[in-house]
Amino acid sequence: MSVDTGIEPGAALPKARGDYLPLLLPVALALAALPFVPVSTWFTLTVAGLAMGMMIFVMASGLTLIFGLMDVLNFGHGAFIAIGAYVATLVLLPLGGWMQADSIWLNLAALLSAIVAAMAVTAVIGLAFERILIVPVYGQHLKQILITMGGMIVAEQLLYALFGPQQIPLALPTSLRGSFLIGDAAIEKYRVVAVLVGLVVFVTMLLILNRTKIGLLIRAGVENGEMVEALGYRIRRLFVGVFMAGSALAGLGGVMWGLYREQVNASMGGELLVLVFIVVIIGGLGSVTGCFIGALLVALLQNYIGFLVPKLSLISDILLMVAVLLWRPRGLYPVTSR
Amino acid sequence: MIMPLSGDPPRSRCLSIALVIIVLVLALAPFLFGGAKPLNVTAKICIFIALAASYDLLLGYTGVVSFAHTMFYGIGSYGIAIAMYGLGPRWGAAAVGLTVALPLAAALALVIGLFSLRVQTIFFAMITLAVASAFAVLASQLSWLTGGEDGRSFSVPEVLRPGFRVDVLGLNITGRMLTYYLVFACCAALFLLLLRIVNSPFGRVLQAIRENPFRAEALGFRTVIHRILANCIAAAAAAAAGALNALWLRYTGPDTSLSFSIMLDILLIVVIGGMGTMYGAIVGATLYVLAQNYLQALMGWVSTAAGEAGLPLVPSLFHPDRWLLWLGILFIASVYFFPAGIVGKLRGSR
Repeated sequence: MSVDTGIEPGAALPKARGDYLPLLLPVALALAALPFVPVSTWFTLTVAGLAMGMMIFVMASGLTLIFGLMDVLNFGHGAFIAIGAYVATLVLLPLGGWMQADSIWLNLAALLSAIVAAMAVTAVIGLAFERILIVPVYGQHLKQILITMGGMIVAEQLLYALFGPQQIPLALPTSLRGSFLIGDAAIEKYRVVAVLVGLVVFVTMLLILNRTKIGLLIRAGVENGEMVEALGYRIRRLFVGVFMAGSALAGLGGVMWGLYREQVNASMGGELLVLVFIVVIIGGLGSVTGCFIGALLVALLQNYIGFLVPKLSLISDILLMVAVLLWRPRGLYPVTSR
Repeated sequence: MIMPLSGDPPRSRCLSIALVIIVLVLALAPFLFGGAKPLNVTAKICIFIALAASYDLLLGYTGVVSFAHTMFYGIGSYGIAIAMYGLGPRWGAAAVGLTVALPLAAALALVIGLFSLRVQTIFFAMITLAVASAFAVLASQLSWLTGGEDGRSFSVPEVLRPGFRVDVLGLNITGRMLTYYLVFACCAALFLLLLRIVNSPFGRVLQAIRENPFRAEALGFRTVIHRILANCIAAAAAAAAGALNALWLRYTGPDTSLSFSIMLDILLIVVIGGMGTMYGAIVGATLYVLAQNYLQALMGWVSTAAGEAGLPLVPSLFHPDRWLLWLGILFIASVYFFPAGIVGKLRGSR
């Protein structure tokens, strides 16, 4: 006897209902700020916010992906950010000639090699970090937090021991310095680059997650890791791959942030980690899209508030986080199984 | 003997001997050592014992990682400092500071708990880290209230000042000694109170939640409410320890009360001493503070010696400022190899 499910045989599966409301939040925030600031300033602030948001997103996406798949909250993520920035500084030191050259191609070649080196090094260190520190404590949240925090302390102290406590300058290449004008609004060139890089990372991540077999496995692993294992896939290998990719993203974010601030310091990882955590909580632990929106919200709000009420910008992140959690206690896009 | 320990004795001969020695030395410190530094060290040990014990209630007994413990410690410190600074060096001012700071700490802990402990304990770790760092920035920026980066120096009531002297049975008692004994007595009381709490039925429920939250909930205990309550108690105890710290230093600033390095100190003390044992706080705090004050000198000596021998990298690895590196390694090793810490080891070998 057949059961009438109301679905024609052969028909496409019913689509999950989209949840687009959070996507509108950054737009709404930007529009809400418009009446309070002059238009040209608003434009500058918005671009600054977008650039900052993209950089935070690049750092946070790795953390949220690792948490989503592996159920590991890596407090050592901040160390990878700092390591990435230091590796870029080391690579760019001998390439100073290319950076100072007046050719945009030489500038980009120097930048690209710094980024590739930073991502490769952080990926390898991520591999070691996962193998040595995290493997013994899978499934034990308390120990994970303690161990990764310990890893963070050790990594940060090693950076201090190797490079000293001082701020190390990291200059932008010639062609990315300065700003251009759109109407009255000054737009820094590097910020536009940062926005583009962030968008590329976001779109690539979405494409990989939604259009490839690896992405399918990762999404399946986020929902139910045991089932993926039961179907014959070695989920531990997936874990290693995702951990390396997440660490490499942290390294990339570190390079971008170092260039943005034009200086590198060993304590930058710990400082950014707090921001990254806020973003990940706002977005919903494990969600890449949520992380993207969270990063944009945090950065835009910080820029607007920093202009309007500077003192308030110190706690604007926390207030935003509280507001979001009041609305959705698990963040904007909670991952269902956790 | 068992009564004040709430029926939870050290349960190990070595541990008992060590604890008796520590407590005796702490109790007689003003008469045993001359000079200001040893007394500063012993007072810091007392305060850190109370602080670490209150953190152990969370980490060891409830199984919740908080990174906001220094925030509550700082609230207590600033409560005393601001009250004494504003109202003058009177006992009334201290009372006002305490009556504002303790409930404030508990209320803040309640709010944080309501937001984050409902969902997941891992949320709690992240949110406390975020809130604590925002609070530290706020405290250093609101300089009209907190004195900013410089902090607040204040005077204490007459009897607690170093210049105050009184002869009791031929002994020359100074105000500094009286302050020390005030700190010592309050810390001992706090520790015994916390020991009482973890050995009460409430404490048993906390341990049940730590071992298996689902089962505890199935038995009919409201896990969220127990966790939040534990968080509030720990926060109030930390604030009390902070108040004692402010009284002892006669100063409160971001570095002495709110910095993240103090948070790491507490975490290391509790983990190395032994999570979920309470006595671990005493052993851990004593070893840690002694190491902090005397081991760094040794590291400096190694560093200079290696520098003169021309070794690469070793001088910077052993630089006194890098001592967190070695503690971090010790911390990771102790989480892996001695999850029950020093106290657990001693109890195991009996």
